[in-house]
Amino acid sequence: MDLLNQVKFLIRKEIMLEWRSKYALNGILLYVVSTVFVCYLAFREITSPPTWNALFWIIMLFASVNAITKSFIQESRGRQLYYYTITSAQAIIISKIIYNIFLMLLLSAIALGFYTLVFKNLLGDPLFYFFAVLLGSISFASVFTMISGIASKANNAGGLMAILSFPVIIPLLVVLIKLSKNAMDGLDRSVSYNEIGVLIAINIIVITTSLLLFPYLWHD
Amino acid sequence: MNKNWWKILATVLVLYSIIAGFLFHVPAKPILNETIRNIHFHVPMWFAMIVMLTVSFIYSIRYLSSANENDDLMAVESANVGIIFGILGLVTGAVWAKYTWGEAWSNDPKQNSAAIALLVYLAYLVLRNSLEEEQKRGRISAVYNIFAFPIMVVLLFILPRMTDSLHPGNGGNPGFNTKDMAPELRPVFYPAVLGWILISTWITTIRYRIRKVENRQNLIN
Repeated sequence: MDLLNQVKFLIRKEIMLEWRSKYALNGILLYVVSTVFVCYLAFREITSPPTWNALFWIIMLFASVNAITKSFIQESRGRQLYYYTITSAQAIIISKIIYNIFLMLLLSAIALGFYTLVFKNLLGDPLFYFFAVLLGSISFASVFTMISGIASKANNAGGLMAILSFPVIIPLLVVLIKLSKNAMDGLDRSVSYNEIGVLIAINIIVITTSLLLFPYLWHD
Repeated sequence: MNKNWWKILATVLVLYSIIAGFLFHVPAKPILNETIRNIHFHVPMWFAMIVMLTVSFIYSIRYLSSANENDDLMAVESANVGIIFGILGLVTGAVWAKYTWGEAWSNDPKQNSAAIALLVYLAYLVLRNSLEEEQKRGRISAVYNIFAFPIMVVLLFILPRMTDSLHPGNGGNPGFNTKDMAPELRPVFYPAVLGWILISTWITTIRYRIRKVENRQNLIN
């Protein structure tokens, strides 16, 4: 079976597994909604745009760490050994990244929807802000997938995940916050081309290094 | 003797840069005044850190392809020394910032980036401690090291250039360029950079050899 077919099958497997149990998906959606609600009860109203923006990204950061941590930990050793015998390592990591991108897109769309519902909407350019959020969820997915693979090999994977991923995600987060702030203030879209370029470049770097490094992680 | 010439050179250069850095004439600029002398101590720390972390990155790649334990030891020891020089860079920078920018931590993008880069490498050390088995520890921490390095390069060299910074050479300007520096400073600054890089290499090789001896002792016992 060639790589493309393997990836297709693995993604289908991930989605089917998720659909059958549903508890993980529902759990993470509930997590986002209740976090937004807790923030709402704590803040009541946010009038300054920078705070609005920062709070949203902090919620997204924690939600995505929680959502993606389980992508490797949840699977038993026996099942991983089974994948090892029938597929290539690249297919595994590509399928996990793509699946996590889907998961994050869903998660961020729901988070943004609920967030703008409870907090007063301050967005100047909602469509472009949504685009920034989509780019952000893709970046989160690509970085966290590899880190969760690394963390899953160690004891105490949950705690390690936060320590390993936060410093690595900060550069992306800084650019994302700037990009989404531009969208929020309704600045002309051409102002943000620089940030978009940097984000895409970092994503390409991260995905290529993941592809190169994952086989070493996997052959265990 | 002929193997140790660079250690002597390192000592001479660093001693020279300390003496010359404090005594030589410096240009009097507003705000900076005599604090400009710190450039001979603060900037070389970062050069040493970058060199050591690059060495760590290279040895991690070598470890993945060779699975030789010594490469792993070299990777972790150069990361350790890199972290120490990074902390020294932050401290010397903070002292300098206190006198010129008004506060030790001035929310400068380069300052923040440097602190985050240190967090990445501290996380690398925590990851190593959480893995027991040596082979596995070497491989997984090497993967993290290689994964984190390009992001750190983006963090230190690209992001600060995109925003305004109190550091020279940011906010769209080309980085540290040779034309900006006053000619009086150069005869001290360049030897200082080279000297500190050599000193950091020396510390790393000593620590590497200590670790190797310790490992051999553990094997015998």
